[in-house]
Amino acid sequence: MRPFDYTRATDLEDAAHHLSSGSTVIAGGTNLLDLMKIQVMTPDHLVDITRLPGLSDIEDTGSGLRIGTLVTNSDLAGDTRVRNGYPVLARALLAGASGQLRNKATTGGNFLQRTRCPYFYDTAMPCNKREPNSGCSAQGGDARMCAILGTSPECIAAHPSDMAVAMRALDAQVEVRGADGETRMMALDDLYHLPGDRPDREYALDKGEIIIAAHLPAPSPNTRQTYRKVRDRASYAFALVSVAAVIEMGEDGKIANAALAFGGIGTRPWRDPEVEKELIGSEPSNELFAKAADVLLRDAWLEESNAFKAPLAKRTLISALRDVTGLSGQDHYDMGDAA
Amino acid sequence: MKISLSVNGTQHSLEIEPRVTLLDALRDRLKLTGSKKGCDHGQCGACTVMVNGRRVNSCLSLAVMHEDDEITTIEGIGTPDELARLQQNFVECDGYQCGYCTPGQIVSAKAAIEEAKAGWPSYVSPTLADMGELDDEEIAERMSGNLCRCSAYPGIRQAIAKTAKEDA
Ligand SMILES: Cc1cc2nc3c(=O)[nH]c(=O)nc-3n(C[C@H](O)[C@H](O)[C@H](O)COP(=O)(O)OP(=O)(O)OC[C@H]3O[C@@H](n4cnc5c(N)ncnc54)[C@H](O)[C@@H]3O)c2cc1C
Ligand code: FES
Ligand code: FES
Repeated sequence: MRPFDYTRATDLEDAAHHLSSGSTVIAGGTNLLDLMKIQVMTPDHLVDITRLPGLSDIEDTGSGLRIGTLVTNSDLAGDTRVRNGYPVLARALLAGASGQLRNKATTGGNFLQRTRCPYFYDTAMPCNKREPNSGCSAQGGDARMCAILGTSPECIAAHPSDMAVAMRALDAQVEVRGADGETRMMALDDLYHLPGDRPDREYALDKGEIIIAAHLPAPSPNTRQTYRKVRDRASYAFALVSVAAVIEMGEDGKIANAALAFGGIGTRPWRDPEVEKELIGSEPSNELFAKAADVLLRDAWLEESNAFKAPLAKRTLISALRDVTGLSGQDHYDMGDAA
Repeated sequence: MKISLSVNGTQHSLEIEPRVTLLDALRDRLKLTGSKKGCDHGQCGACTVMVNGRRVNSCLSLAVMHEDDEITTIEGIGTPDELARLQQNFVECDGYQCGYCTPGQIVSAKAAIEEAKAGWPSYVSPTLADMGELDDEEIAERMSGNLCRCSAYPGIRQAIAKTAKEDA
């Protein structure tokens, strides 16, 4: 690690002051320090926000939950309000990393973690995200962990978070505090830029801005929720494909509402209203789910080394929807038919 | 920087650079070499210690961030003359071969048993309300952050199951 200065912020004002003059926030440190060790990130100055008061609480606001940025992934997954009201989020958190890492990983740090594209980690290789205009080694290279949706000719890196995928399906908002002390709310989707021709610009945060909380709307008691993650080993691995599904069934047996978000396949936690439109108002069926998957994948950009993600995403989506709508209890379905 | 660290109930004063990880401070400065460095990137769990009762990877944390925290390492869990039950059970169940991952496994297991007692579900728990029994599958999932190059996993899981049962 390169040498750096370290400051423990005394309050948000103090943190903002340091950030405005170019410091980098350290929270759990599980992503930042990892990248500093291999000199992919080389900040000169770290400002430690972990001792700031008031950022570690989960509050019931009457219209949902306000989750302080320092709430750890394990505390969030263990919270009974989250387990009861937002099971898709509890499951997504528990699907991520390990017991040790979840004890340190914070809510804000999880949102802002960097990609797991192997070339972003390898400073000897070109990577437009790490070094603008150097090229993209993943295209034509090892793109197993890379995205197939939202890609650009400059970058196909996937956003690796599980938590953010569930938060997307739940319509989470992010509360951000500016250098001037003003706070603003933004939809989680707006936090993430698509790579376009500037894949190095990942997050819509201005200089001096800090995430202070995530907000979830009130839980809808009639929804059925699931998080399905497919990975290279049974645990402690990033998603190849993941699906967060929040479905509301009508009394007529039709799908009344659907919110679907995807991990492992998007350059940001992925959500596509067209997929949801395909489902809403229809009776659950394997054909319907397959059609929704085709809509999801209509613009997929496939590399030789990650083309498998298209059929895998299709099958994972069908399987998650079968479970959450109750279809899996009624018939047998051969996933081979979904290829 | 001058900092003070509380490890296994003893207060230590240290003069260190901000870039020193908690793991390196423990091993190289305080000579508590029980905690091991496997990968130095949060991928193996050999460096697992407890901070205020919670298990964490000490390789992915800065020592300067842990003033006022209570740190527990394998040295604080038991000694060769006075093994903790969990350590004794690792011996009895053959929960290791070369032993390199073992300190991390034991610290992690101790915390994992507490987490289960507190009712925290895991990814494989059938419902989020109640995790049910700490069976083999639950233990494997909860311990997935600790790799064992010798693949002593069956013995490790047995030792943990045995300890959890004796504890209950
Ligand atoms: C081996 C391993 C396996 C993993 N597996 C998974 C997995 O399966 N699924 C998954 O989702 N994640 C996984 N992770 C990633 C892990 O979830 C993240 O490292 C963690 O969530 C980051 O949180 P942190 O608090 O440690 O962030 P830090 O490392 O402290 O910060 C990350 C970034 O966010 C910035 N930041 C942090 N807080 C704020 C704030 N409040 N305002 C503004 N900027 C801020 C920092 O400046 C930094 O750039 C894994 C990590 C490791 C090491
Ligand atoms: S040395 Fe810390 S996890 Fe491997
Ligand atoms: S006993 Fe050798 S690595 Fe686990």
